[in-house]
Amino acid sequence: MRPPAIDGNSAPGLPARGGVGLKPEHFRDILASAPDIGFFEIHAENYMVDGGPFHHYLGRIREKYCLSIHGVGLSIGGESPLDEDHLDRLARLLDRYQPESFSEHLAWASHGGTFLNDLLPVAYDAATLSRVCAHVCHVQDRLKRRMLLENPATYLEFAASTMAETEFIAEVVKRTGCGLLLDVNNVYVGCVNHHRDPSHYIRSLPLDAVGQIHLAGFARDTDVAGDPLLIDSHGAPVAQAVWDLYAYALERLGPNLAPTLIERDNDIPAFPVLLAEAHRAEAIMNGVKAGRRQEALA
Amino acid sequence: MSPQQAFADSLLAEQATCPPGLATWNGSDPARRFAVYRNNVMVSLIDALADTFPVTQALVGEEFFRAMAAAFARANPPRSPVMAHYGAGFAGFIEEFPPAAGLPYLADVARLEVLRVQTYHAADAESVSDEAIALLLAEPGRLPAARFTLHPSLRIMESHHAVVSLWAAHQGEDVDSALAAVDVAQPESALLLRSGLDVETYRITSGTAKFIRQLQVGRGLGAAVELALAADAAFDMAEALGLLIRAGAISGIANPEGEQA
Repeated sequence: MRPPAIDGNSAPGLPARGGVGLKPEHFRDILASAPDIGFFEIHAENYMVDGGPFHHYLGRIREKYCLSIHGVGLSIGGESPLDEDHLDRLARLLDRYQPESFSEHLAWASHGGTFLNDLLPVAYDAATLSRVCAHVCHVQDRLKRRMLLENPATYLEFAASTMAETEFIAEVVKRTGCGLLLDVNNVYVGCVNHHRDPSHYIRSLPLDAVGQIHLAGFARDTDVAGDPLLIDSHGAPVAQAVWDLYAYALERLGPNLAPTLIERDNDIPAFPVLLAEAHRAEAIMNGVKAGRRQEALA
Repeated sequence: MSPQQAFADSLLAEQATCPPGLATWNGSDPARRFAVYRNNVMVSLIDALADTFPVTQALVGEEFFRAMAAAFARANPPRSPVMAHYGAGFAGFIEEFPPAAGLPYLADVARLEVLRVQTYHAADAESVSDEAIALLLAEPGRLPAARFTLHPSLRIMESHHAVVSLWAAHQGEDVDSALAAVDVAQPESALLLRSGLDVETYRITSGTAKFIRQLQVGRGLGAAVELALAADAAFDMAEALGLLIRAGAISGIANPEGEQA
């Protein structure tokens, strides 16, 4: 396997600023208020329609802002072959909007022609690794760009797993040349759910490959034993523990830090609430940069 | 059976089951954790249907709707990651769903709501200019042979029930009194069309519905009028054509030689 011929990194990427997931509820507000924000992100599948308001608004917002296209339906971790029709739709969407970044998930969502509309977990074994790498290479070849792969939030593990999630991700990055979308909320949720140390998890990732960060809120539940079970709900503000882990991750990233997205898909508040979270992420980035400057002077 | 096949089957099974091969750090029963995925999948599919079918839901209440949607989703999970058009088969399912048999109009209301989503996301196209319309109307001799390209968002529906009135009754403040005034047994036809960014829903006569269907399949104006009159003696061409023009439903006009205006 090899990195794709055309490296998406050679094109200008997203700015290392805060961004917000674009929701139809906020289309008009964004165009009217022209917020100062680093970028917007869309779920690719929501815009795989022929015309109408979604394309009308996205086109106008795209003219003014940087854009990340984030897929939720490719099923890169799936046992089934990739859906070529879906790849064609993605290629058309990317061609139309020329986003600064494209990302997808380390997860599966389709099997045998059925789409399950959720990001489902994979076993971390050799067979899954070679399948995921083949799928990532195929996506990058077909779309002629480097993709970012997002670490999952999981509630379960597989008895068949033979390697740690971070080890698996590092190997995919190494073999395919893809980048990493570091979802800090997913790290926190997964580490609580599987009783791991989130800072160790972060340190075990190939942080040089991080091209973007996601932050979101979770919901709290418990398992049968009464231990915490966090749900990646995207329905609440970013938790303090996740902000802290974000700062920890930024300290360990390269000089350019990483574009950071606030994700919110449920109980969607007014746009300024999400904008304030994006600005909070920028403030943390600026704090890390200022700390580095002081260290350099000392 | 492959591991993902077993996992997928358990996600959609009506009775809570748990696929083999799962592990938890504390040795607790993985079924509770697997239930998170089961719940995510079913809730996301039911929510997607609730987004597409708000009036259908209002007519039966949330609890009934979600149970019916869950039964549909288990039997008809999505076949595509593009969820905008998920639920195209929901109306047919409702027709065969015994607990909904007491509401014979419900399936057609669902049909109307599916068409509204199609209209919302349909391809964009410019309407023909007022000048092109004026030019056509200035030469009545050309009219019978004229053929129209209709806007990609245009949809027609004919029902044995008062689907448009039922739908419209849910758009205002006082739904109950609006509903009380609807004679559900009254057959109605609908024209759906995007106007700017909004979906407009027009109640039309059955003759107009038949007329527009003929235009949709490429028949000339004269032939479409004849067929509409045969089906509905009260069909009024001026009214029907006037509606199409006012609504911006015509995106192309071809003369008998096939030249586009």
